[in-house]
Formats: sequence, structure tokens, C-alpha cells
Amino acid sequence: MTAESSAAPGGFEMASRAAMFRPVDALSSLATPAAPKAPGRGLHRFANPGRFLRLAAALQPWLTAGGLILTAAGLVWGLVFAPADWQQGDAVRIMYVHVPAAWLASAGYLALAVCSVLSLVWRHPLADLAAAEIGPVGAAFTGICLATGSLWGKPMWGAWWVWDARLTSVLVLFFLYLGHIALIRAFDDPTRGYRAGAILALVGVVNLPIIKFSVDWWNTLHQPATISLTGAPSMYLGMLWPLALTALGYTLVFAALVTARTRAAVMERRIRALLMAAAAREDGAVPVAA
Amino acid sequence: MSMLALLGRELRLSLRHGTDTVAALLFFLVAAALFPLAIGPAPETLGRLAPGIVWVCALLAALLPLERLFGADYEDGSLDQLLLCGLPAGAVAAVKAAAHWLVTGLPLLLAAAPIGLMLRLKAELLPVLLAGLLPGTLVLSLLGTAGAAIVLGARRGGVLLPLLVLPLAMPVLIFGAGAVEAAATGLSPRPHLLLLAAVLALAAPLCPLAAGAAIRAAAE
Repeated sequence: MTAESSAAPGGFEMASRAAMFRPVDALSSLATPAAPKAPGRGLHRFANPGRFLRLAAALQPWLTAGGLILTAAGLVWGLVFAPADWQQGDAVRIMYVHVPAAWLASAGYLALAVCSVLSLVWRHPLADLAAAEIGPVGAAFTGICLATGSLWGKPMWGAWWVWDARLTSVLVLFFLYLGHIALIRAFDDPTRGYRAGAILALVGVVNLPIIKFSVDWWNTLHQPATISLTGAPSMYLGMLWPLALTALGYTLVFAALVTARTRAAVMERRIRALLMAAAAREDGAVPVAA
Repeated sequence: MSMLALLGRELRLSLRHGTDTVAALLFFLVAAALFPLAIGPAPETLGRLAPGIVWVCALLAALLPLERLFGADYEDGSLDQLLLCGLPAGAVAAVKAAAHWLVTGLPLLLAAAPIGLMLRLKAELLPVLLAGLLPGTLVLSLLGTAGAAIVLGARRGGVLLPLLVLPLAMPVLIFGAGAVEAAATGLSPRPHLLLLAAVLALAAPLCPLAAGAAIRAAAE
């Protein structure tokens, strides 16, 4: 059972196993990607860890710097220069921290679900790693959303927490993230963890439309959506611009964190493979894949 | 092996391990009996909390036997045999869910009426509670089967299982307890019950599919 499942995952494991048998030139051999055999296998071009690492290393500074600069600019604009609300006063400024976090919490789960489909259907090895790394980042953004929402709720609604549909469904999203994080790391064979986590993530997708439409379906204390993709924004432009900036900044920060974590995961695997090869060489034994 | 034969096998197995089966029911009774002792026996408070208590205790009790649902078959290799028997993995999972409901959900449903009365629930609200528990326990069995299949082979699977299943079971709890609440305040419980039925209609095809994919991954 174990031998079969560890042999299953294709490109990535193969590459790391190649690294185990030829540890000396492992890094150089991984860094030169094999030409894709057939056209139209665009997705699997990035299954090559060397290609992914080079692409991610090139993207990383742009994502990190762009995310930090945009977030800082948007937050300074929103928290200092944007006008106060006629009804909520300065408390409305929590919006610039809260709303992008809430968007990213949902969008992050969507990304997790997409990775899960890639992992289940095409057994894409990088999607496995990305799914494992999106979980903690998404949970952190959901935590920020819940915490800032609670801070906003106290002055506006007079309570830290109300059990309305929007808050409850986001809390469920938080639990789903935590369950996914715990599950994907609970297996001795990582491949099993990726499969189980992917199935769980796809089951949890039902929660996303519930979060989105909870404010329309139920009569919630949480306000309905102000911004839609189709209609004109029912929001003063002086507030919309800093919000758009922070949203873009948060998105880039999210992407930067996931990219950095995935790169670290790829390198961790590579180090483990090299160490095992070295240990096998010392023992003079035939290296056993585990 | 047909699905009926598989169901017969599951039921025979749970009959022969009678104590495992009765344990969930006993847990339900004991847990529900704790509440009057903890919050005091005043009929009006207790009667108001009764639907919530029954629902939460039923939810937790339904989780208890889940770990063994696939666990025993996984350990002794029967699961591989079941997957080779010609039925699709989803059908095997659906039979497991049906067996779980017959062995756990149905007894819980039967025990809910006397427990509700002991918790001073008004007798006219009992039919609403049971009408909610019927689709509710079915959904719990389906969700629980999917959860049990997903944690198959994990370290600390028994601890993980409630963490995965309980968040997904929250809508069931909300609508089930909401139906009794609506009836108690003179509103129609119909919308809540219809929503519960809708959840069941969604879970009935999707949960066995997910569970089937998970047991196939576990047996790989």
C-alpha cells in the first residue's frame, strides 16, 4: 500500500528521487527543465520544481514589495486622509483593514479549492504543496477579518460578536481552514494527507456561496454588499480608492506569503531527499524511497 | 456483492458488537441528563433550551461510532475487498452511511422524544423536533461518513474527525433547532424544515461521492 502510494505522484517525486540517486549534480539537473513532451500540457510544465523555483524567485520580490507598498499606501490613505463617515465617524476606517481581509479569506479558500481540484484530478504535485501552504495564510487572513470585525462591531452594534448569518458562516470558514491545516499534516505519508485535504477542501466549498449571499438571504445585522462588479459603486470615491489599494496590496501580500512558503516547501523536500541519499551512501545500502 | 448484501453485512456486524452500538445512545441519554443538573430544573428555562440540548447531544452522539465506521475494515483489509467487490466506491460509502443511520441515527431519533419530555419540552412541539431530527440525523450520517473516510489512516483521526464534521454540521443544527423555535413562537416551522430537506438533498449525492474518493485514496 505504501509503496504504491509513494510511487503515484509523478513528476515532482520522480524529480526528487532522481536527485537522491545523483546527489552531486542534483541541483543542476533539477534546474534544467526537460522540454515538455507534448504541447497543451501547460499546467504540468510548472510541475518541474526547478522551473517553479526560478519563476517564483523572479516573482517573489515584486509580489513582496508591491504588496507591502500598496498595503502601506492604502492604509495610510484610508486611516489618515480619507474622509470620516457621516454616520460612523472615524470607526469607518476599520473598513480598510477588515474588508480586504474578508475578501482574501474567501478568495484564499477558492484558491485552495482550485489547488485541490488540480491535485485530485491531475495529481499536480505543486498544487499539493500550494494547498498545504495556502491553509495557514488563509486562516490568518480569516482571523484578521474576524478580529477587526469584532473591533468594528463593538462601537457600531454595541457587541463584540453577534450570531448572524455572515459572522457565523465566516466563523465556519475559519474552522474549515483550521481543520484543513490539521488534516493535511496528520498523515505519515504526505501524499495521503494531500488527497484527504483536497477532498475536505472541496466539501467545504459549499460554504463560500453561503458567505457571499448570507447578507441577502437572511436579515443580518451585518450590512449587505456595498460594492459590486456590475453596478455603480454606492460609495464615495474618496473611500473607494484607498479600499481598492489595500485590497490589491492584501492580494499581493497573500500571494507573496504563499509563494514564499511553497518555495520553502519545495526546498525542504529537496534537502530531505539529499540527506536521505547521503545517509544511504554512508550505510552502503540501496536507497529506499520512503 | 449487491448493496443490500453489503448493508446486511454492516447491520450484522453492528449487531454482534452490540455495546459499541448502544454506547452512542447511552452517551445521548447521559449527556442530555447533565443539562437539567447544570442549569437547574426550572421548567420554563429548561423547556426553552430543550430543542438545542437535544440537537447538540444528538450531534455529538452521532459522531461517536464514526471512527469505527471504516476503521475496522481498513485495518483488517476488508476495505480493499469491498472496493474490489464490483460496487463503485461511492456506493460502498452510501451503504456505510445508511448503516450508520440505521444503527445510530434511528435510535437517537426514537430516544429524542422521551428525552425532550424529560427536558420539559412542550408536548405539541415534539412532532416538530422529530420532523427536524429525521432529515437532520440523515445529513449527520452522510457528513459523518465523508469525515470518517477522509481521516482514514490519519494520526489522531478520532480527534480530527469532530473538528472536520462539526463545522459542516452547523447548518443542520441551525435549521433543526430553528424549526422548533419558530413553532414555539407561533410561526410556521415549514421554511426551516424545507431548508433541512434541501441540505439533505445536497448531501445525499455529494457526501457518498466525497467519501468514495477518500476511501479509494486510503486504499491506494
